[in-house]
Amino acid sequence: MASLVLDPLAALGRAAIGACRATGAVGLFALEAVSHWVRPPFYGRLFWGAFVEIAWFSLPVVALTAVFTGMVLALQSYTGFARFNAQSAVASVVVISLTRELGPVLAALMVAGRIGAAFAAEIGTMRVTDQIDALTTLSTDPMKYLVAPRVLAATLALPLLVLVADVLGVMGGWLIATFKLGFVSAAYLKSTADFLQTMDVVSGLAKAGVFGFVIGLMGTWCGYTSRGGARGVGGATTLAVVASSILILALDYALTEAFFAQ
Amino acid sequence: MMHGALPKIRLRGLRKAFGAKKVLDGVDLDVPAGQGTVILGGSGSGKSVTIKCILGLVEPDAGEIEIDGRDVLRMPRRERQEMADRIGMLFQNGALFDSLPVWENVCFKLLAQNRITRAAARDRAAEVLEQVGLAASVGDLSPAELSGGMQKRVALARAVAARPEIVFFDEPTTGLDPIMGSVIDGLIADVVKRLGATALSITHDIASARRIADTAAMIHRGRIVWTGPAASLGQTGNAMVDQFARGEREGPIQMELRR
Ligand SMILES: Nc1ncnc2c1ncn2[C@@H]1O[C@H](COP(=O)(O)OP(=O)(O)OP(=O)(O)O)[C@@H](O)[C@H]1O
Ligand SMILES: [Mg+2]
Repeated sequence: MASLVLDPLAALGRAAIGACRATGAVGLFALEAVSHWVRPPFYGRLFWGAFVEIAWFSLPVVALTAVFTGMVLALQSYTGFARFNAQSAVASVVVISLTRELGPVLAALMVAGRIGAAFAAEIGTMRVTDQIDALTTLSTDPMKYLVAPRVLAATLALPLLVLVADVLGVMGGWLIATFKLGFVSAAYLKSTADFLQTMDVVSGLAKAGVFGFVIGLMGTWCGYTSRGGARGVGGATTLAVVASSILILALDYALTEAFFAQ
Repeated sequence: MMHGALPKIRLRGLRKAFGAKKVLDGVDLDVPAGQGTVILGGSGSGKSVTIKCILGLVEPDAGEIEIDGRDVLRMPRRERQEMADRIGMLFQNGALFDSLPVWENVCFKLLAQNRITRAAARDRAAEVLEQVGLAASVGDLSPAELSGGMQKRVALARAVAARPEIVFFDEPTTGLDPIMGSVIDGLIADVVKRLGATALSITHDIASARRIADTAAMIHRGRIVWTGPAASLGQTGNAMVDQFARGEREGPIQMELRR
């Protein structure tokens, strides 16, 4: 009888200990990766390769996401505000929700799917085929060579992507507003500019940097610690995407609280 | 084995378990300097793990590892790295970097240590590739475009390209045709003779063991059970070694399903 009560408790305890241990391990991994950013040798070519892969090749998905989000925001907020005869608020709602929230979060989720998975799969394959061990025997620190450049590239690329997403999202909203909802183009753009504050954009870009770091970190960590052949790598890839997506949403709340809570 | 001379690598009481499975259970081994030594042993007997312990890729649970008389396990990280810079390794599965062309794989260590420019590395790669029987044009291919045996030879070229003092060869001739196998054996013997390197190899091929090694050691159940001249393999008088060398089913070594 006792085991009926104790077994689930023990399982819960084990899970909690496991979670704490993983958090500690990821934290140490992150510290080591960051410490390599400032210690030579630097692998500029690897950084640039990862940066182009993230910033340039994620542009299409991020751009499409942003445009459609801006369009749907304009449409939805218009139907909502029309009930109070407050249609003029559409421009401000579109630009503020895009720059503060939806731009960073949606771009980060898209990039987590693309890049987190790619990092985990590539580094995980290198782990299970002994390539990471081979790096060590070839006078190269795998943390410095594989992990540090990728995490840095993700951290710097995400804000750039989000800046593009902000602009394109506003454009999407403007398209719907002028061509479908009957706004005057100049007036819509003017109220967009009037309502937008520097802090809206800056906070969004800061979030983007944090999200980029999380994507790079979880992707490389899951790959680096993967075990057990093709299956292990598959599991690492899934974990990288799931873990970074959840962390992005949780951190988004925490950062919003930190930036805007009174 | 030369008595009195300091062994290049000295293992004492090396132990390693993965979970409940004891893989190494007190390995004692002296690898003499400037010679070829070969480790024999059944599949899964811990040969690769022994080498990975010496390289620092696997942390042993207990025991001592000395290189040139210095305890590597208690060395500061930087000194251990310097030690590792002088060691070459051929992994059992090749472990080539598939994101890099063959020539960059071959000269990876030289480039990492800034001992060579990228332009000179191409020429050096061509030179080493030729020694393992590959044309210079192979250097521009990606490892994924090579056959298994070619990958093995590229991995071998990578292991010796930086002219290491110590080289580990984990099954250097597995997967090669017999002729290419003896070419590679010749290369390994040459690396030992010409560069004065110390080579520690793992092989299942007794003929190859005789060609590349002066000394042979047999590992069984996590311990070294026999050490002697490689030339005597097959008629050592040790029932276990002789059974292994002749590939007989009957004898002191019983095939174990699980340990
Ligand atoms: N990273 C690891 N985790 C768990 N077990 C391991 C690990 N590496 C090796 N082992 C186990 O240790 C034992 C010895 O492995 P090792 O690779 O040294 O064998 P080997 O002697 O090289 O065999 P082979 O001739 O087949 O290559 C095996 O039973 C293997 O399952
Ligand atoms: Mg092996």
